[in-house]
Amino acid sequence: MVAHADTVDPPLRRRLLETWETAPGLYGWLATVDHKTIGIRYLCTAFCFLLVGGAEALIMRVQLAQPNLKVLSPDAYNQLFSMHGTTMMFLYALPILSGFSNYLWPLMLGSRDMAFPRLNALSYWVFLFAGIFLYVSFPIGQAPNGGWFAYVPNTNLKYDPGINMDVFSLGLVFLGISTVVGSANFIVTLLRCRAPGMSVNRLPIMVWGTFTASAANLLAVPAVSLACIMLWLDRRCGTHFFDVAGGGQPLLWQHLFWMFGHPWVYALVLPAMGIVSDALPVFCRRPLVGYTLVAISTVATMILGFGVWVHHMFATGLPVMSLSFFSAASFVIAVPSAIGVFCWIATIWTGKPQFKTPFLFFAGFVMLFVIGGVSGFMTASVALDWQLTDSYFIVAHLHYVLLGINVFPVVGGVHFWFPKMTGRMMSERLGKWTFWTMLIGFNVAFFPMHITGLMGMPRRVYTYDADMGVGWLNLISTIGAFVFAVGVVLFLFNVWRSLRAGAPAGDNPWDAPTLEWSTTSPPPVYNFATIPQVASRYPLWEERLKESDERSIVGDAVPDGMVLDQGKETIGVSPLDAVPTVVLKMPGDSLLPLLLTIGMAALFFGMLALSLWLIVLGGICEIVTLAAWLTPKPHEAEERVELYE
Amino acid sequence: MKRVGALGLTLGLAGCANRPLSYLDSTSPIGSQIASLGWGLTAISVGVCIVIGVLLAVSIWRRRSGSLEVGPVNDRRAIRWIGVGVAVSTIFLVGSAVWTLITVHSIAQPGTPSGLSVDVTGQEWWWSVKYNSSDPSRQFTTANQLVIPVGVPVQVNLMSADVIHSFWVPKLGGKMDMIPSRTNMTWLEADKVGDFRGQCSEFCGLQHANMAFSVRVLSQADFDAWWTGQLQPASASDSPGLQTFMVRCAACHAIRGTAAGGILGPDLSHFGSRESIAAGLLPNTKPNLVDWINNTQTIKPGVKMPELHMLASETDEVASYLEGLK
Repeated sequence: MVAHADTVDPPLRRRLLETWETAPGLYGWLATVDHKTIGIRYLCTAFCFLLVGGAEALIMRVQLAQPNLKVLSPDAYNQLFSMHGTTMMFLYALPILSGFSNYLWPLMLGSRDMAFPRLNALSYWVFLFAGIFLYVSFPIGQAPNGGWFAYVPNTNLKYDPGINMDVFSLGLVFLGISTVVGSANFIVTLLRCRAPGMSVNRLPIMVWGTFTASAANLLAVPAVSLACIMLWLDRRCGTHFFDVAGGGQPLLWQHLFWMFGHPWVYALVLPAMGIVSDALPVFCRRPLVGYTLVAISTVATMILGFGVWVHHMFATGLPVMSLSFFSAASFVIAVPSAIGVFCWIATIWTGKPQFKTPFLFFAGFVMLFVIGGVSGFMTASVALDWQLTDSYFIVAHLHYVLLGINVFPVVGGVHFWFPKMTGRMMSERLGKWTFWTMLIGFNVAFFPMHITGLMGMPRRVYTYDADMGVGWLNLISTIGAFVFAVGVVLFLFNVWRSLRAGAPAGDNPWDAPTLEWSTTSPPPVYNFATIPQVASRYPLWEERLKESDERSIVGDAVPDGMVLDQGKETIGVSPLDAVPTVVLKMPGDSLLPLLLTIGMAALFFGMLALSLWLIVLGGICEIVTLAAWLTPKPHEAEERVELYE
Repeated sequence: MKRVGALGLTLGLAGCANRPLSYLDSTSPIGSQIASLGWGLTAISVGVCIVIGVLLAVSIWRRRSGSLEVGPVNDRRAIRWIGVGVAVSTIFLVGSAVWTLITVHSIAQPGTPSGLSVDVTGQEWWWSVKYNSSDPSRQFTTANQLVIPVGVPVQVNLMSADVIHSFWVPKLGGKMDMIPSRTNMTWLEADKVGDFRGQCSEFCGLQHANMAFSVRVLSQADFDAWWTGQLQPASASDSPGLQTFMVRCAACHAIRGTAAGGILGPDLSHFGSRESIAAGLLPNTKPNLVDWINNTQTIKPGVKMPELHMLASETDEVASYLEGLK
């Protein structure tokens, strides 16, 4: 039963609002821990970084439009391609997904907030500050210039004497804190903060994707943080981890980096694939075909993803036997992807497709996923990869993967959840224009790069010879890139216009089946006046699907529902079956996350400037803030109320 | 469909046109094995895209109704078809993996080692090439060009003097990285005489784009003659060009047979017989050489060679001298 929000008991609503509302004014703006605010901040910030990274790409495309152009100096080109990669991989692709997950998880799971709201705020602030940190040397022409992969010894002090790579290495360590903190929060949220009855076999696939990616991040990010600390120590403190003259090993960097880098790539796509798995079926008017298969292949992809990192190193001269192993593993990882593709197609095939904008993006995603997948399949072959690697073929492949599997679902997802977030619909007409412009621009830009690569154009070159015969292909790519940019502008225009003048959305404009659509659009700050009780995978469709006789209890006017209005509270459940066990007291607004981030920033800027007093100042700030954060409140002993035996 | 058409068109073009770095048409036993694997996997890939594209298009268009109704579903048949799809995919994946491993095994070692080996050392941003011989008097060093005999596997030992580079002659085979502190090994073998182009393919800093080299494949007789020619020292002339060279250039460059013995820059012995200047950047002509000496940092910004601001007459003398070193 879905009751409309207006039917709720007004005093209860007022009570909850007073309890949960963020304080007004600047203080509230800085101190909020509301997951929806944080989610939208993540989305907006990550999107800004996408625009910056995109602008960098367009400038590079101008330089490459014809052979031997001199729009950019080699140094400027190297900084731009390094920052383009770093920005897109670290500051756009994962944070945008964190934005969706932060906003949607508690709503999808039937909770009132993430497990650790202050940690959530911390992960956003750290992301923002680390993003700014990575750009701090850009205006003075000293931005990171060794590629997002930062291979040593090219990034050692001897060959790269500016602060460029100090910014990079410290910036990634800084950003890694945000990722790890956020991942831990997602994992605990999934395990404990769900509505009663939201057992693991009822989770939306997007939750599976983010959970899997978060677990992977906890294991993968330390590798790159460690490598970056070692790089910084080599550069500024005289250690020799990677320095050949001191007995160091350049290949150690590559192993550490790709042990992180390859799982990371999957972390950038699995939640986005989850967006498609959840939202595509809504437009096919039926549940996803093969829910269990998709959930299992999500996890399987990630596990296999930890065993293929050497396929980035096929040309490093490792023994043929070990290369063969990693090559075979790289073929195997295509199996779970194939399962996903067939499940999506089967969902469309057996459904009744509705040609709404999000559907177009998701269907387009399936095709781009396959094209990016088969070029990945070609590079999995170690022998063929000896030719393909470090050529434009790889540039084509990775953009099909990252734009196709991340950007297309993300833009589709924004069209899909925009009504929930704002209460207004996005324009369908503009949305369709956006889709076709982006799809055509994307393919015109990136498909020719396969051929450019097969004709032998190496990656990361600031120019090329006319006699290579790839000038016309590069010109087509440049034109396509600008067409794609027009699509992005159309999308932004649509967002801007819809925010002001979009049609009112109502609670559930798409007639979608999951919990986030059972509350108002936009949702109240406490998400649900009464905690939902879940009896199936599709609570809002179960009357029609008739899969069982059990019914979920959702909506606001549930008599005897759990209202939890004795302070900021949500329900804690058992990890697998989601049996409610405790009432969790949630923290309110707090400046501590911001203060901790400022201290951290001082610490990292101190290390960048090699300024001892700044390091000490930052350190003191950290210790004091952490002490304040961790000091038990007097009432904390009463926080955990046992509900059931 | 549009994409498939574009692919076909371009592959056709690539097959006949002269693309110096294209590896779709290869002229070596190693390269052609990779090329046939490449064509095979490309065919599978294009096939997969067509099949999935058709499935997707049909699934989208087969039942477009305005109905928004959601009703009970039974997915048993759909799941069975997914099983079929995954099984077929797995067969192709396993087949491709086996094909790959067979290819790797067969190209990792040449059939009959010839005993001819060359050391190539990558550095920012050129290539030092040393021809090894059991007879020390027959060893010599050159730069930015590799000359090999036709039909013979040549062992190439790859090293780096500074950062990581990668050795790649697309028409003759795959890449192999040049990593400081390691010596990697690869093989070159060409089926026919001709000139090929090599390129650094690991990002190595400012001039990664302009770090190329040439490979000239000669008949065995021509190769032997070339080697003998390379061993000839430059005639000890007292030409003004050599004198200027000794003052201006010899701290970094070496010329066998003269007192010039610098090791920071490429060895310039027999420079006049080389195809290009500055690691494949400019064709080796006298005007280009003069231009290079005068405008080094404009033509290839960041290289270690400074602009010496030599007098026009000095530049002309040096260029004439170097071009005369055949």
